[in-house]
Amino acid sequence: MTTRLRTPLGKIEGLGSAKSGTQHFWRQRVTAVALVPLAIWFVASALAYVGAEQGAVATYFSEPVNAVPMLLFILAATYHMSLGVQTIIEDYVHKEGQKIAALILNQFVCWAVGAASAFALVKMALAGH
Amino acid sequence: MADAPKSPGPSGRRSGRPLSPHLQIYRWPITMAASITHRATGMALATGTLFLAWWLMAAASGPDAYALFARAAANPIGEVIIFGFLWALSFHLLNGVRHLAWDTGYGFKVKTAKLTAALVYAGSVVLAAAAFILGLMVRGGLGT
Repeated sequence: MTTRLRTPLGKIEGLGSAKSGTQHFWRQRVTAVALVPLAIWFVASALAYVGAEQGAVATYFSEPVNAVPMLLFILAATYHMSLGVQTIIEDYVHKEGQKIAALILNQFVCWAVGAASAFALVKMALAGH
Repeated sequence: MADAPKSPGPSGRRSGRPLSPHLQIYRWPITMAASITHRATGMALATGTLFLAWWLMAAASGPDAYALFARAAANPIGEVIIFGFLWALSFHLLNGVRHLAWDTGYGFKVKTAKLTAALVYAGSVVLAAAAFILGLMVRGGLGT
């Protein structure tokens, strides 16, 4: 007979030993699905403004119809990349101290890139061209 | 001398015990190459978002800041980075869709997986080249 070591609460929560269940996996997928149309839209937008003046780009992002998808692209992309880089770090960095330092650095870089991009975008969106 | 550490084996490991064949031994199946490329392009894109942030910050800052970004982007090194970004994005996007298909249970047959891997490689080069050429045409005056 097998001894059941899982408590009823643990079984019901379904979070496993890492305490986060399928959250990482699921969020990676949801952002991936979102990024398919958003990335295509972003490349099309960026291509249309190759060689354009600063004013033209700022005007483009002052339109809500452009600012909103761009904000969604930034948020989904930085979140998706934080999850992906986290997995790579966990796979290849084995020394505990280095791993924790790398994981923290990953969070800092992703938040910095996301905040800088989002701030710039909001500034253009609210400038009122 | 019995207690002296054993000399490293051919693999460089101290124990000297044999290892099972590893990366350098196997001929790379295309599915394995695609998997590794997916990770590599993911890392490249993560780095590329720094340039995305630069582009947006420059556009929000004013004409001088934007001119600096535009000059860097039009530089041959900038163009190589942009092409690399476009290819990495194309590959990661196409292969990402391949992963999503797997998540729903499709495309696991060896033959199918090999075919879709090859299609992703070919498609990513075509997409990136098309986007890059389109960008050059827009810069040349198509969009104005």
